[in-house]
Amino acid sequence: MADGRQAAAQRPWVFAAFALPSLGWLLAFFLVPLGIIWLYSVGENVSLTRVETTWTLLNYARILEPEILDLALRSIRIAGLATLVCLVIGFPMALVIATASPAAKPWLLLAIMLPFWTNLLIRTYALLNILGTRGRLNEALGWVHGHLHGAFELVGLGQLGLLEERFTPFTFLGTETGVVIGIVYVSLPFAILPLYSVLERMDKSLLEASLDLGAGQLTTFRRVLLPLALPGVVSATIITFIPALGQFLTPDLLGRGQVDMIANVIERQFKGANDWPYGAAISMVLLYATFLLLALRAFGDARRSAARNAR
Amino acid sequence: MNLLHRRVRPDAFDYSRRWSLRTVFAFGCVFLYAPIVVLVVFSFNDSRRGGNVIWKGFTTKYYAKAFGNEELMLAFANSLTIALVSTVFAVLLGTLTAVLLWRFRFPFKPLVEGLVALPIVIPEICLGVALAIFFTQLGWMDTGGLPWPLNLSNITIAHITFCFPFAALVIRTRLQSFNLETEEAARDLGAGEWRVFMDVLLPHMRPGLVTAALLSFTLSLDDFVITFFTSGPNTVTFPVKIYSMVRFSVTPEINAASTVLIAITLVLTWLALRYQKTLNT
Repeated sequence: MADGRQAAAQRPWVFAAFALPSLGWLLAFFLVPLGIIWLYSVGENVSLTRVETTWTLLNYARILEPEILDLALRSIRIAGLATLVCLVIGFPMALVIATASPAAKPWLLLAIMLPFWTNLLIRTYALLNILGTRGRLNEALGWVHGHLHGAFELVGLGQLGLLEERFTPFTFLGTETGVVIGIVYVSLPFAILPLYSVLERMDKSLLEASLDLGAGQLTTFRRVLLPLALPGVVSATIITFIPALGQFLTPDLLGRGQVDMIANVIERQFKGANDWPYGAAISMVLLYATFLLLALRAFGDARRSAARNAR
Repeated sequence: MNLLHRRVRPDAFDYSRRWSLRTVFAFGCVFLYAPIVVLVVFSFNDSRRGGNVIWKGFTTKYYAKAFGNEELMLAFANSLTIALVSTVFAVLLGTLTAVLLWRFRFPFKPLVEGLVALPIVIPEICLGVALAIFFTQLGWMDTGGLPWPLNLSNITIAHITFCFPFAALVIRTRLQSFNLETEEAARDLGAGEWRVFMDVLLPHMRPGLVTAALLSFTLSLDDFVITFFTSGPNTVTFPVKIYSMVRFSVTPEINAASTVLIAITLVLTWLALRYQKTLNT
């Protein structure tokens, strides 16, 4: 490993030539802005355009109001559900790619990566067209419903009333279901890639050993494959959940203003309500939540590697 | 035991040949692609409203309409300009960051590594809000009065900030495979710091630089949330313009404009794949 082979003090000028522009940029356009919203979050509006840092905690206290707390809980619920669906669909998909033949693998990966490279707004807009009451998805479901209904009539099950006579279209837009579908749609590739990379590197002889020693496919999956894939599952969860929690576009376009999440409240403080300190405080809470999740993962990683070393 | 009747156990890791898993994979792909395919197909639909439900015949008039829409074209030019400039800066800063972290040992290094990765992991809206307040404080927000392309400077800075950590990540991965002996050989033959960097390290990094550039370009072209917070009424990018059009009404023109952007993404991906292929052969 060549990583960090030279002490900075050995070649201070060369070190400075690399460090100053990159870290300087990060300081000026990342750390300073973050510092400013932190100051804003403990500030107050003194006039329409001026905010003064008064070290008040009032902005944070206002987040605990039932209305905003409900919204925060809903965001966690939606993001959690979307993450779970991504893992459930993404795991078998990643497994297929990881075990595909060397010739097919790049193409399967490309199939997952292409939507990932496509503009997020355009993908959400495309989904918006599908999910409407008279959209493609309802049309397809109606078609399936009609044929099922006909089939049931044919075999004499029609009287059981398993299906209604007419198909009632689902309402996806403006409901939590629609927003969950939207978030799953945009974040599925994010979930698949970390799962794929851990399954790809997996030692296949362990699975063979398990099967040879008499464990069934299901037991092997549960007791061998899943524990080995755990680091990938954790990465996939975090990489899906954090952006999902801060999603703005999906609830905005698919939620139709009825399924607002945290980011929509933040946006309103800046674009409509003009209450910047409050918006800054909510952003800071979202940031703290992110740091907490990342710290938990780092802690988990450290514990796992400690356990491995102790063995 | 009768050899002929011995059950052949499926290979342990042959999941890709199981029909149940293949079905899930196919289903997932249909889910990912169907909305995009419908969007592209209905951009050619000859229907005035929404136009995503009933097929009324083939037309390309909405492409003509999209290309004739001056505001949309300006937004498009803005997006491309911002993407080009931020790609150049992101690759430059990304290279410096990657070499810095790869080559040197210095105090608080883990902290700096975490800091470089931070713009990648924090929610977009937080960075958008932070930069919006920052530019407002500097009086750099209302840039409508500045001549083009200077009025895009604040958006470009925002884009560089979230692009270069990705570029650094890609380039650093490439550096891992560098053979240190070639550098030593160059030094033994009398090359100085600058010559070693330009003639030995840079050629090795080139594939990483190309990938980083393509990634930065796409990320910049794609971004909506951060741009939405840092753009003014006169500095609109393509996604921000599309967003306001979607809010107003759903028209086939949006489908046509979106299809153009999807086509650009496809061409970029194709170029990236071709470039990788020439490297491997």
